[in-house]
Amino acid sequence: MATSLTPPPQGAKTRIKPPGTLYRGREGMWSWVMHRISGVLIFFFLFVHVLDTATVRISPEVYDGVIAQYKNPVMGLGESGLVGAVVFHALNGVRIILVDFWGKGTRHQRAMFWTVVGLWVAIMVPFLVRHLTIVFTH
Amino acid sequence: MSAPEQTPGADYSPALEAPRSPYRRNRSTRTNWELYGWLFMRMSGLALIVLVFGHLFVNLMTGEGIHQVDWGFVAGKWASPFWQTWDLLMLWLAMLHGANGVRTVINDYAERDATRFWLKMALYLATVVVIVVGTLVIFTFDPCSSPAHQFSFCAPVDDVPTVTSPGS
Repeated sequence: MATSLTPPPQGAKTRIKPPGTLYRGREGMWSWVMHRISGVLIFFFLFVHVLDTATVRISPEVYDGVIAQYKNPVMGLGESGLVGAVVFHALNGVRIILVDFWGKGTRHQRAMFWTVVGLWVAIMVPFLVRHLTIVFTH
Repeated sequence: MSAPEQTPGADYSPALEAPRSPYRRNRSTRTNWELYGWLFMRMSGLALIVLVFGHLFVNLMTGEGIHQVDWGFVAGKWASPFWQTWDLLMLWLAMLHGANGVRTVINDYAERDATRFWLKMALYLATVVVIVVGTLVIFTFDPCSSPAHQFSFCAPVDDVPTVTSPGS
């Protein structure tokens, strides 16, 4: 595939793994990968969601039948994954904005990535407790 | 909608300039379109944080969460211009933000000109259809259209004042 910019290891036995780069395989790259996957996932859901909501225009019976699909436990887990993707995409989006516009953004991008992960957990735990309780005990 | 991009079959060989013609950095074919797109992703992203988190909180966290969502719930929300405006803004910003994001993904991974072109055409078509359908639904929805769901703001048919009997 791509040619590596890192020099070949001096002694094959002393250095088994390549040293990597500032970006590749690190927080910068993985946040980019996750931002992309979560964004595409959310966009495809958005298509479905606008169309299922559009059935309100047909009749209450049709809409209630369609929306009932969202209320079973399997879909409840899917919604949890979706909200997880939305929360990550939102928080990492703020990180991207700070990297772009804040003078010290690039210097703190790694710390900001772990802040995103921490905030994601802090938001997702109460959300999951509430949402999964609703889904599974109704 | 898009900046000048490679379309299949088009001729991209640069025109041969006259000798000693001055170098023009800003050619007429180059615009700031991608800069505005970059800025739009950040501005709409900030707005969507408020819009989407508000949407998720009201629909999934309050009341009975996902189990409260039915036709009557939507009708109750869309009887108010506040939620109509909220959802309309969210629809447009999220669709444009998402479509521009997927456009970037297509540009990155679809290497053949024709593949890239047709994937983006399909994306633009689907995006326009969803935005138009969603907008029409928000504006043409009548929360009083169902006899089974009568809200206090839906005036009963008997109470509609008539102009045919001014004396009574």
